[in-house]
Amino acid sequence: MLTVEGLNAWYGEAQVLRDVDLAVAEGEIVTLVGRNGAGKTTLLRCVMGLHERCTGRIGLRGDTAFGTRPAHRRARLGVGYVPDDRGIYATLSVEENLLLPPVVGPDPWSLPRVYETFPVLRERRRFAGTQLSGGEQQMLALARVLRSGARLLLCDEPTEGLSPLLVEQIGEILREIKAAGVTVLLIEQNLHFATTVADRHHLLAEGRIVESLDNGAVRAREHELLAYLGI
Amino acid sequence: MSGFLQQCFNGLVSGGFYALLALGLAVIFGMLGVVNFAHGAFFMLGAFGAYVALAEFGVPFWAALVAVPALLFLFGAVLERTLIRRLVPFDPLYNFLLTFGLTLVLQDLVKREYGVQSQPYPRPAELSGSLDLGLFDYPAYQVFVLAAAVLLCLAVWLILTRTRVGMVVRAATERPELTRALGVNVGRWVTPVFAFGVALAGLAGVLAAPMRAVNPLMGADLIIAVFAVVVIGGLGSVFGSVLAGFAIGLVQSLGNLYVPALSQTLIFIIMAGVLLWRPAGLFGREEART
Ligand SMILES: Nc1ncnc2c1ncn2[C@@H]1O[C@H](COP(=O)(O)OP(=O)(O)OP(=O)(O)O)[C@@H](O)[C@H]1O
Ligand SMILES: [Mg+2]
Repeated sequence: MLTVEGLNAWYGEAQVLRDVDLAVAEGEIVTLVGRNGAGKTTLLRCVMGLHERCTGRIGLRGDTAFGTRPAHRRARLGVGYVPDDRGIYATLSVEENLLLPPVVGPDPWSLPRVYETFPVLRERRRFAGTQLSGGEQQMLALARVLRSGARLLLCDEPTEGLSPLLVEQIGEILREIKAAGVTVLLIEQNLHFATTVADRHHLLAEGRIVESLDNGAVRAREHELLAYLGI
Repeated sequence: MSGFLQQCFNGLVSGGFYALLALGLAVIFGMLGVVNFAHGAFFMLGAFGAYVALAEFGVPFWAALVAVPALLFLFGAVLERTLIRRLVPFDPLYNFLLTFGLTLVLQDLVKREYGVQSQPYPRPAELSGSLDLGLFDYPAYQVFVLAAAVLLCLAVWLILTRTRVGMVVRAATERPELTRALGVNVGRWVTPVFAFGVALAGLAGVLAAPMRAVNPLMGADLIIAVFAVVVIGGLGSVFGSVLAGFAIGLVQSLGNLYVPALSQTLIFIIMAGVLLWRPAGLFGREEART
């Protein structure tokens, strides 16, 4: 589905991604874990076409020129972005936040389905987006890319700061869309949660992928990894 | 009492011009991040367009009211495509300088052709009389201008809040980069939004022709006050700009009546006060554009 080869990225003179290779197969959920500042967010921004100072090849479903396209074209090829700050608009109502992205995939969630899954969004659909609580905004950000029918989701710490109950709900949704064949590249600091939803995990350190682990390896080394991540 | 009310009416009429110009400035700033210094020159072109249309081609006011803004829309679109767009990626100062230079060029071109003296423009015959507003008689044309300004602002507000185009403009104004990442081709809307702002300034110019002196500097005199209005309303806030436009027109007009010594400076005193109290303006958001 997604292939990244030899990706480098800079902020000014500082190189924050070094020769990153990554492949995510269709229907897979793959996480990126790493300490603060490791370059996880930058990696997603490069894939989304939001970071100009990067080199390397990014392909989507055999479209080798994907990495040269402008951000809005990439989104329209079926990529949904949940940014680390949720990206909820204050000047749009909750419902407008949901309807802003064009439909980009063959099987988008309808508005009734979104509201059935997230009843609180229906209740508040006329509120300004930023009048929602932090947790509700995270739900909205996820619901928004589901509504667009994106086939590849790039999710930047969607469970950060959520109550265990909401984390569990996000887990259920991720398993549900995975069953429907959606692919997810997920930044996730909650290792336990990561092993319950994902297939594989990549450990990013100082801009490099230093290890790739499956769920068994993460569980076996959970204490060591948590200590490394400083959580 | 009726003198007071009449002065209020005068204030709202000039506030209508502020509001129309500030509205265009606000949507252009919001969507492009460009402080369009040439907005006053477009206003002047609108008035001159109406004058030339009548004097040279015999085109009546009502036709000019449609045709001149349409031409300015095209002019704005070409300008955005050929010049403004190239400078947007750089420091906003470049476009400020570009539009400042453009203002001088446009003013001088008009000056060369028509001189600096004011040109007469008759009121349309249908609106040449006055209306009995109960407490006083008021020129029908002024009533028309006020109604047109209010309706235009209302229409733009409805477009912004009730249509998909408006939703895209709001989203692109608030978070341009994120909006692209969500699949919206923000670039496609930039030209029409800029051209629309220019056309709105031109329309205000046509409306001004029968009641204000039509001369090459009419826009330059106005634009400084409009900048103050936009700052008071909150840079980039469409609602704030319109409200501040009418409010400042009203306050200025009453100021003329009660404290004539301050008539020219009142608006800037208000601006300074508002900025001390709310640095982002009355309806501006505090966080900086990204
Ligand atoms: N706008 C910026 N300007 C300069 N440097 C930046 C900028 N954004 C990030 N960086 C630097 O780039 C590096 C990678 O940042 P990035 O945000 O990708 O890390 P991250 O892994 O997402 O971290 P976190 O867990 O804190 O979200 C960090 O060292 C950070 O300091
Ligand atoms: Mg991050």
